[in-house]
Amino acid sequence: MHNFDFVKPSSIADAVKALSKEGAQALSGGQTLTPTMKQRLAAPTVLVSLTGIDEMKGVCLGEDGLSIGAATPHAVVAKEAAKHYPALAMLAGGIGDPAVRNRGTIGGSLANNDPAACYPAGVLGSGATVVTNRRKIAADDYFQGMFTTALEEGEIITGVTFPIPEKAAYVKFNQPASRFALTAVFVAKFKDGVRVAVTGASNDGVFRWSEAEKALSGHFAASAVEGLSVSSDGMIGDLHGTPAYRANLVKVLTKRAVAAAQ
Amino acid sequence: MTKVTMTVNGKTVSGEVEGRTLLSSFLREGLGLTGTHVGCDTSQCGACVVHLDGKAVKSCTMFAADAAGASVKTIEGMNNPDGSLSVVQQAFQDHHGLQCGFCTPGMVMSSAALLAENPKPTEAEIRHYLEGNICRCTGYHNIVKAVLAASGQDAAAMAAE
Repeated sequence: MHNFDFVKPSSIADAVKALSKEGAQALSGGQTLTPTMKQRLAAPTVLVSLTGIDEMKGVCLGEDGLSIGAATPHAVVAKEAAKHYPALAMLAGGIGDPAVRNRGTIGGSLANNDPAACYPAGVLGSGATVVTNRRKIAADDYFQGMFTTALEEGEIITGVTFPIPEKAAYVKFNQPASRFALTAVFVAKFKDGVRVAVTGASNDGVFRWSEAEKALSGHFAASAVEGLSVSSDGMIGDLHGTPAYRANLVKVLTKRAVAAAQ
Repeated sequence: MTKVTMTVNGKTVSGEVEGRTLLSSFLREGLGLTGTHVGCDTSQCGACVVHLDGKAVKSCTMFAADAAGASVKTIEGMNNPDGSLSVVQQAFQDHHGLQCGFCTPGMVMSSAALLAENPKPTEAEIRHYLEGNICRCTGYHNIVKAVLAASGQDAAAMAAE
């Protein structure tokens, strides 16, 4: 790994200032960035740790829904969101393994936007709002393709606010070695409709399966998606599964998620 | 180089580190605590698990500088104050929970973290919690038995495989 200067600010303002330096990179839990740097796929000259900023931590229920600080580790979300938003807590509790969940954070996961990560499905499926040091970004505008987001240079996620659905579930088909999603589906039923978000399947990263949303908004039962088909165009193909296999998983897991959400 | 200070196994320690110095390197090379093993160095095997402020973390996947001010516990700090083996360590010995022993420090640290959260885990919960710890001897069955025994449950009742 190339060497760098390590800084650990204790406020968002100081972090933003530190990130304005040439070659600076934000570090949250580091469960992806550290291995990436070991492989020299990333070589920042300054690493700005966001884990010492208290105002970016914690889970809190408010009028707009459930707000989660960006630097909150998955294990804390799994525990503290359980009584407010069980499907989201379950998603957080299934990421990686216990040691990864004690370090990895929701903000880090969203900023990275790995096409097989769990949180993007939870955020897009809930229609959550990504809050940064500059603005609020709707989930539908935030995810812009594999490892690509609406975040600008020097912009950091400070938190995420989730509206709480009437019913929801997340069903993941594990890639057994990495425990990333080979494909996973988050289904959320709100008063005004159903959202279905799919991760792990598409070359473009997380996406909404709008045909299923329409069908499920009319009738929220696994049978409602029976007649639909998912095209394998643009699906990820690798040694773990072909595009057709993943396309099939999208439908199977959507049905399972709807059944689990009942 | 920056000076970092943290508590390791109850003692305050300081050392000079580079930005890129991993917590595992600081413990092993800086402090000579070589009980923390580095197996894969890619965050997958769990041999390097230590407790950071009471939580299990992979010490090869965090920077030493990020642990400044924290309280770290390694396998060297797991024994009882009189030097005897802790309940978890003794259970690993009693149930042959180690073969080559390479993964053992991480297994013991993860198991102790599990029992702190969940004092009476089921066999399934133990297997699930140890997902991030890989044993290259594939000695999982006896490891799970050891954790069951350490929790005060009857390990003999576990199905033989």
